[in-house]
Amino acid sequence: MHQFVQYVLSYLSSDKTPGSAGNMFWAFVYILLIFTGLSIAVIAMNWLERKILAHMQVRLGPMRVGPHGLLQPIADALKLLLKEDIMPAEADGFVFWIAPLLVVLSAFTVFIVVPFGPTHAVTDMNIGVLFMLGVSSLSVLGIVMAGWASNSHYPLIGALRSSAQMVSYEVAMGLAVVSVILMTSLNATGTGTLSMIGIVQAQQSQGIWFIFKFFPLGLIGFFIFAVAMVAETNRAPFDLPEAESELTAGFHTEYSGFRWSLFFLAEYSAMIAVSSIAVTLWLGGWLRPFPNFLSGSVADLVFSLFPGITFLFLAGMCFYSTARMPKHPYFRIQTLGLAGFGVVLGLIGLLLFVAPVRERVQDIYWFSAKVAAFMYLYIWYRGTFPRYRFDQLMKVGWKVLLPMSLGVLILTAGAGMLFSMGK
Amino acid sequence: MTPVATPFFFYLLAAIMVIGGILVITRKNAVHSALALILTLLAQAALYLMLYAPFVAGVQIILYAGGIMVLFLFVIMLVNIDRAEKERAFNKQWVIGSIAALALGGLFISVYVKGKAIFPVNPRPGAEGQNTQAIGTMLYGQYMFPFEIASLLLLVAIIGAVVMAKKRI
Repeated sequence: MHQFVQYVLSYLSSDKTPGSAGNMFWAFVYILLIFTGLSIAVIAMNWLERKILAHMQVRLGPMRVGPHGLLQPIADALKLLLKEDIMPAEADGFVFWIAPLLVVLSAFTVFIVVPFGPTHAVTDMNIGVLFMLGVSSLSVLGIVMAGWASNSHYPLIGALRSSAQMVSYEVAMGLAVVSVILMTSLNATGTGTLSMIGIVQAQQSQGIWFIFKFFPLGLIGFFIFAVAMVAETNRAPFDLPEAESELTAGFHTEYSGFRWSLFFLAEYSAMIAVSSIAVTLWLGGWLRPFPNFLSGSVADLVFSLFPGITFLFLAGMCFYSTARMPKHPYFRIQTLGLAGFGVVLGLIGLLLFVAPVRERVQDIYWFSAKVAAFMYLYIWYRGTFPRYRFDQLMKVGWKVLLPMSLGVLILTAGAGMLFSMGK
Repeated sequence: MTPVATPFFFYLLAAIMVIGGILVITRKNAVHSALALILTLLAQAALYLMLYAPFVAGVQIILYAGGIMVLFLFVIMLVNIDRAEKERAFNKQWVIGSIAALALGGLFISVYVKGKAIFPVNPRPGAEGQNTQAIGTMLYGQYMFPFEIASLLLLVAIIGAVVMAKKRI
């Protein structure tokens, strides 16, 4: 027992990730934390997407289940769990069964290397970016298997579209990533890195986020990645594999109940995963905004108060909505529930002002805030852009993004050469 | 971090690879064969990881499991499965087949017998953190010429594909 406590405590003094320190206990804790956080984020995304889309279309969105529909995702999840699980009679049983599992596994496994802070990652791999791209590209296998195993026409067409789309956009995406890897090598030793933590540390030591490096080269590379990642995750305006108007639901038409909810879970966690690649590679990962312009201890203190302020703001919004709830006795429980939710958020906010908590949490906060901005963009795209036609999609992928990313790669290499020669 | 239970993981991965390989040739349904091949390739990537070659493992997953096999499945799914299942999966050239199998088996046995003399007993693996950099410096330093020739070969293949697919260029 004593030995175990020693083992657990020995990690706290090291400044490495649990994987690099070789501490199984803390690695397990981190995996559980990330899994829980991710599930909560997916639930929140479900609610937010419906709410924000509704407000963009001048509707109210879910309003009935809980105050402002806050409990709607939980009600939906319960419904999906209790729903009958149907497998088509002519379906290929084993492949049909394993396809959603493969998609979920690949969507969650990539989070092993996502750096929420200099030490807040399960492990720091030497091939971090390669690992993320590789494992997330395995999800297309699950989609193709699902489409084929359903033994139905719409899913098969959806699966074929999905594989063609992913293979096309992966090329541009990979080349944009390589231009960032080139930028990481502009240091004293001249060797770059593929490790996710190493990439953020390179941005820290060079004093610039890679989106602004060699302006506008970094920005164009980021733009290419931002377009390709929407296509990779099959979201609007690139959601041809599940185009409702043409293919009912695309590759998961024949799936229902819990299996369908696995696809849903995987789609949203894959969105979070690619957004966190974009944040790590171009937007400085866990680094706070304006590190050069607003530097010094005062600015550090102000920026470290942001997590608490955010939660207090959310709590304030809850109290504001509580005051605006209808005064009818029918709404009494909902009003009390919303006020209680506000109190919980406010208490979390106050906890985040405590100095030791504040210092440990701010990395995670800035990383999550940047990822959240991307998630809002995803919803915004869905609310505003019309869907591409398939030939347009291929044209954008092969004739616009690919030449652009090749050009950015060559120009970045040239700029890097000039930069290191000038030193 | 020091490796844990290396023999166990080696035998596990090797068993997965052998079973996957057998499934590839015995399944009648071409899609099942392709899926078994993917399993084999993934287990192979894990073996590369055990050999302290993370970069090769990552590239294996991206290129083979993620890229090539998706295209493979893409083509196989358009094949008429009902007809393909009726065709014989094994041909009758058993004389040549058994000679090839014997030759390969003999090679394996000789390596197994003489292995200790041929290979170093305990090769020191390079540091895990240096693998990617080492491959980079080797490819663009020592092996620059073969690397360029390989890329030229790929370019020829791409141009050939375009020429064959397009009637008018």
